[in-house]
Amino acid sequence: MHDEHGHPHHDEREPTYYEKRTDAIQTLLIEKGLFTADEVRRAVEEMDARSPARGAQVVARAWLDPAFKARLLANAKEAIAELGITVGFEATIVAVENTERLHHVVVCTLCSCYPRGLLGYPPDWYKSLNYRARVVSDPRGVLNEFGLTLAPTVEVRVLDSTADMRYLVIPQRPAGTERLGEEELAGLVTRDSMIGVAQARTPASR
Amino acid sequence: MTRVHDRGGWPGAGPVDKSEHELSWWEKRTDAMMVLLQSPDKRVIRVDEMRRAIEGMDPAAYEKCKYYERWLTALETLMIEKGILTREEIERKVKELDGRR
Repeated sequence: MHDEHGHPHHDEREPTYYEKRTDAIQTLLIEKGLFTADEVRRAVEEMDARSPARGAQVVARAWLDPAFKARLLANAKEAIAELGITVGFEATIVAVENTERLHHVVVCTLCSCYPRGLLGYPPDWYKSLNYRARVVSDPRGVLNEFGLTLAPTVEVRVLDSTADMRYLVIPQRPAGTERLGEEELAGLVTRDSMIGVAQARTPASR
Repeated sequence: MTRVHDRGGWPGAGPVDKSEHELSWWEKRTDAMMVLLQSPDKRVIRVDEMRRAIEGMDPAAYEKCKYYERWLTALETLMIEKGILTREEIERKVKELDGRR
């Protein structure tokens, strides 16, 4: 059972300042007809349904189908739509490819812009002040913290997102995956590999 | 002058805390309200207005606030600026809902 704001009834603790204000603002905006309670619930459900699995499906297809990958790199939104994935009304999405010589990592130094339609809610660290500050000034150091050490010969490009331009990294396809199908490949594509702070998993590490 | 939200290269930043938390219900609803008000069929808020409202926060509050606390602050700011809500109305509603708990 949930009350009108959807709080579980068994939750007996005193609501926090921000919970109270969220309830108050939501109630007022519903009373004034800006949206309905149902619309809020559906918007939450829609966002909850978005997960990195969507992005992983796109990457797996790009690994398997060079023509699709070319279309993805040329116009990501259109290519993604081919897979029946709608990314909502958000900004342009640009796909970039990681290779043996070039590694991309994504940040939004100003806030938190992220391809939410493909990957869901951004992780806390992506929105953190420390990540935003340091990944542009010391990308290799930050990648090391994530357990990713790149050879000095690999060029690192940091992509700074904006509200109008969000990035999807196509990680390198791991070795030893030649026989895998799309679904198995998608299982190797992690959220972090699509942000560029990790490589895709290898079949052995799955 | 560098403003508080412009974090690229910000001096003194420490290690990245990689722990994650499941969003709480109020955070998800704040996100949902912001998304709804920006949706093409409503267009009450533009994404750039939202950014400006976050970036215009008092710098000390910006530093202190968690992510969705900034969003909710921005939502409140924009609703008041647009004359859709007043501060007093919000405070009254907080009290009214408190009385019903």
